[in-house]
Amino acid sequence: MAKDIIKKTKLEVAKSPDGLEGPGFFATKVDEAIGLARANSLWPLPFATSCCGIEFMATMGSHYDLARFGMERLSFSPRQADLLMVMGTIAKKMGPTLRQVYEQMAEPRWVLSVGACASSGGIFDTYSVLQGIDRIIPVDVYVPGCPPRPEQIIDGILKIQELAKNESGRRRHSAEYKDLMNSYGIE
Amino acid sequence: MNTEILDKISNALNTKFPGAVDSAELPYDFPVFTVKTSQVHDILRFLKEDQDLNFHFLTDLTGLQTADEKQLAVVYHLHNMPKNIRVRIKSFFDIQKPEVPTATDLWPAANWMERETYDFFGIRFTGHPNLKRILNVDEMDIFPMRKEYPLEDQTRDDKEDKMFGR
Repeated sequence: MAKDIIKKTKLEVAKSPDGLEGPGFFATKVDEAIGLARANSLWPLPFATSCCGIEFMATMGSHYDLARFGMERLSFSPRQADLLMVMGTIAKKMGPTLRQVYEQMAEPRWVLSVGACASSGGIFDTYSVLQGIDRIIPVDVYVPGCPPRPEQIIDGILKIQELAKNESGRRRHSAEYKDLMNSYGIE
Repeated sequence: MNTEILDKISNALNTKFPGAVDSAELPYDFPVFTVKTSQVHDILRFLKEDQDLNFHFLTDLTGLQTADEKQLAVVYHLHNMPKNIRVRIKSFFDIQKPEVPTATDLWPAANWMERETYDFFGIRFTGHPNLKRILNVDEMDIFPMRKEYPLEDQTRDDKEDKMFGR
């Protein structure tokens, strides 16, 4: 029984980037090799506030396993995390905390905004809810939904992986990126 | 059964505090007393400490604003657990002078409940040890639950007011 399952399971290894191959060596671009490593071993920081956090918990569970994409190790310390996943309603009172968490992360860092509340305030168009986290921190990928199904959260994570894989090594030092950070008031 | 309870409490209040009780009603079988703000603290103390009435538990303390926007009120929900009797005490006052004596000396639970009522209605509780905002942002200068302030976030410019019911 177990042997049949093992035979049927298609295991995929990460596709190696284009490069020059020879006996005992493989030459490729540094950006591509680093991009591959970063994309497949992101350490997420689950900033789970409300219902989307529950969907994330389901996504981390065994049925919709997120660990198979390399996110085995969650980090609740921003200093050790690559990906800030903001899942849930962020109140205006929570805004400075979220900003502080983002500022404590080291480059390269990505932000995934899961759910309608984190993306735009969602259904809560009120005096107390921050109308989208992109008012205080720059966001890379938005996952719409209320809440999004685990499959959609995984889709968002795959898009972050695409971003991480194809990112140029000079991007974080470019003028455009500096302008983006200045527009948010982040050094 | 509840009319008996209403009458009993009503009689006790009227003998001890003549003229303080403005009305005694029984909406949905729930005893509700509207009392004058000047004596609300003494009435609460009496309801709590009286051996027979024994309303020792403060279930809720909240505020409300009347529909004509001229008055605010404080609403206390008291509970006598051994006999399972609940009572609601309401006290109305002018919105220009929203001051009520605090209930923290009777029930410590009133501390945060009064802070919340201050945060949302602007009702000042005199004698409160730490009356500051509890749920909203500290720098907020409006009292959101008052009817003159809209619910919607005012910094959004991408939603059409007509289409989104703002």
